Amino acid sequence: MLTHLQRLEAESVQIIREVVAECENPVMLYSIGKDSAVMLHLAMKAFAPGKPPFPLLHVDTTWKFREMIAFRDQTAQRLGLELLVHVNPEGVERGINPFEHGSALHTDVWKTQGLKQALDLHGFDAAFGGARRDEEKSRAKERVFSIRSAQHRWDPKQQRPELWHLYNTRKRKGESLRVFPLSNWTELDIWQYIYLERIPIVPLYLAAERPVVRRDGTLIMVDDERLPLLPGETPEMRKVRFRTLGCYPLTGAIDSEADSLEAIIQEMLVSRTSERQGRLIDSDSAGSMEKKKQEGYF
Amino acid sequence: MNAMTNLDQYLQQQQRKDLLRFITCGSVDDGKSTLIGRLLYETKVLFEDQLGQLEVDSKKLGTQGGELDFALLVDGLAAEREQGITIDVAYRFFATDKRKFIVADTPGHEQYTRNMVTGASTADLAVILIDARQGLLAQTRRHSFLVSLLGIRQVVVAVNKMDLMDYSESVFRDIEAEYRAFAAKLGLTDIRCIPLSALKGDNLLERSEAMPWYQGPSLLQHLESAPLDDGRASRAPFRLPVQWVNRPNLDFRGFAGNVAAGSLRVGESIRVLPSGKQSRVAGILGMAGEQQEALCGQAVTLTLEDEIDISRGDLIALADAPPAVADQFEATLVWMGEEPMLPGRPYLMKIGCRTLAMSCATLKHKVDVNSLEQLAARTLQLNEIGVCNLGLDQPIPFDPYADNRDTGGFIVIDRLSNQTVGAGMLHFALRRAQNVHWQAIDVDAAARAALKGQTPRMLWFTGLSGAGKSTIANLVERKLNALGRHTYLLDGDNVRHGLNRDLGFSEADRVENIRRVAEVGRLMLDAGLITLVSFISPFRAERELARSLAGDGAFLEIFVDTPLALAEQRDPKGLYQKARRGELKNFTGIDSPYEPPLAPDLRIDTSRESAETAAERIVEYLLAR
Repeated sequence: MLTHLQRLEAESVQIIREVVAECENPVMLYSIGKDSAVMLHLAMKAFAPGKPPFPLLHVDTTWKFREMIAFRDQTAQRLGLELLVHVNPEGVERGINPFEHGSALHTDVWKTQGLKQALDLHGFDAAFGGARRDEEKSRAKERVFSIRSAQHRWDPKQQRPELWHLYNTRKRKGESLRVFPLSNWTELDIWQYIYLERIPIVPLYLAAERPVVRRDGTLIMVDDERLPLLPGETPEMRKVRFRTLGCYPLTGAIDSEADSLEAIIQEMLVSRTSERQGRLIDSDSAGSMEKKKQEGYF
Repeated sequence: MNAMTNLDQYLQQQQRKDLLRFITCGSVDDGKSTLIGRLLYETKVLFEDQLGQLEVDSKKLGTQGGELDFALLVDGLAAEREQGITIDVAYRFFATDKRKFIVADTPGHEQYTRNMVTGASTADLAVILIDARQGLLAQTRRHSFLVSLLGIRQVVVAVNKMDLMDYSESVFRDIEAEYRAFAAKLGLTDIRCIPLSALKGDNLLERSEAMPWYQGPSLLQHLESAPLDDGRASRAPFRLPVQWVNRPNLDFRGFAGNVAAGSLRVGESIRVLPSGKQSRVAGILGMAGEQQEALCGQAVTLTLEDEIDISRGDLIALADAPPAVADQFEATLVWMGEEPMLPGRPYLMKIGCRTLAMSCATLKHKVDVNSLEQLAARTLQLNEIGVCNLGLDQPIPFDPYADNRDTGGFIVIDRLSNQTVGAGMLHFALRRAQNVHWQAIDVDAAARAALKGQTPRMLWFTGLSGAGKSTIANLVERKLNALGRHTYLLDGDNVRHGLNRDLGFSEADRVENIRRVAEVGRLMLDAGLITLVSFISPFRAERELARSLAGDGAFLEIFVDTPLALAEQRDPKGLYQKARRGELKNFTGIDSPYEPPLAPDLRIDTSRESAETAAERIVEYLLAR
């Protein structure tokens, strides 16, 4: 009898192999976070003793934590995989940042538009993403294989029923697939799997003394000199960690003593806030994720 | 330190957890969303921010007078949240110390058979909700039928809202007796009935004190102890659909896939289907490296002792217990497409790791999901279920669905829209196909064509009535005749006087009309003739069928593209006038659609080109190829 993690693992590997068998030019979106780490680990297993026959793509916003970028480059090198990094030139030209332009525009230009550009540029017809159904209410209904129009739009009416383990990957020219191999994993499953398989993760997930400022009740890390300090604001050193990683000015830290995987899992068991709360882009109106998705946000 | 030891124990325990997938069936009115929301709440998978949101939503949108409304936790997309109904399949997750659970939450409304079938396809168990005030409803019967159809063996009947019936034992017992009598007819035998109140939490987690007369487990206790369905698959003979051939270098050739049934050890003999070739297992690569045995459900990569030709879609089985191979089946089909299923129309079937051409030869009957009556039918509409005979374009290895979901369940894909339009379950192979063998004949198509000194072709003229198809086809045949070519012209009207005399003009009949003509055309090609077919043939799918029967190279699609207004103005047979007066139903272009070719080999615009020059152009094109 397989355990629940073994079952999830087998299901995810099947999904990853199916894409490689049926799509012409797949890519794995690598966001450097813990979910990406698990997804990549599964891809390595799926094609052993060979390597995954697709590149990794990171859509960079220029505002990621420095430790994330270092970890990204190390990971690609360690595993011997091709890593593509895309930075939206329009974002560079306009100097888009979360302070002057707000999180909504920042996310749209760097992430949503940047992703579309990168997919079009390389002509990818399928992109793996690490999203999970337990992350948000509207994701509970997301398919494992989600079809997008040539404009990358998500149309709820075009989504196909998924029965058994049979995935319909057929599409017209220009259309593409977003594929979510971790659909049925929960946050706790992810951590347990990372623990069992000893999967390397960005050190930011573990508690350490870090310089932070408190804004609207959220702890923001001063990762570099670009964070404008408000009058009277001085960074203080606190022992914090991150439950989710993104652009550093938009990612809240939590006070924590958990400086090992075991401690993180233990902390999670008593934790009373969900991981998306740390993502400042989601905290507008309910149903906002669904709207972003229709516009092409992953 | 102590905390760490406890954590170790905890992690050990977590590793031993298994996974139960179940489906909940019922409508919002039965309190289904409340039940699931409450399970999530009570098993503490919700976080404070989600609870905060729930409190806000409950005050704004709730139906519990400002109290926590658990239903709001699970009602998903914004539009449907406003309508107060769920309209798709949502997957929820929760866990106890013993098990992780994946819940497929599907709505109970009649038009959503598609969703329920989708959710049920991966479930080990079904929870069917009954409102204690209402008893068994048509939807209860419908849900139970679909559950049995999808091969779910364990059913929990949750008799909800017992608080509104004063927790009355007799109310519960009556419902239980009635349900058991009904379920027996469906062959459902593993049934557990539980009286509960999702709203109050009675018999949800712990056995309720409000119903001392009930001695069975609570819902959660039962879910934690229910046996997993894959026990059966584990004991069945080994099956591995080959998903991907792994060739990272010249020294390694592995066959990757997920084990659909049974187990296999290194050194055992295997047989590959449909080819029948045999070998032995040299190695098994699993998720944790080399292993000695491949178990049901695992994702593995097999290497074999011999170099034999195996590709994606083949099935690796234990050598002395292989599955049957066939190309014609009886099957149950659940239709999920907006367009009806038409017998004779070509579709794609995806089964295991193989995608192939399929059509429904005979629709034997459809099933009324409420009364379970068998009804005569010529088509299947969205959400209808039927039993039919299917034909495939190549033989496949299979098991009856009742024995194995993975080797007996399939989806149906529309060739043009690429949508998933149906799902099906194989019952058994039809004997007919096994006993009717293709008779080998010594004089073949090439020999006949050589004798005539020509290359056989099928010229398929399609277009609206009055477009000029027959006129042009007639001219083309005369010219070919004059050039000494052997031809035959199949004309729509003429064929309907004989071979297709029994067919009308409904969509289903039009499909059959074209199928027969395409088959006759194929025989004529085989006879070595240049075959001209002049038929409105309004649907792309059937023209594609004709193309696949003729063979891509032999088929020329000629689109006689005349604007509707012009064709109607010509109206050589007065048919448009009749159709406009409503005396002629299903007339193409008026009240029946025409799907123009997307990439015809030739396009004739009769508003700019005379029939004579068009015919010349076609003959030139034909002879140049």
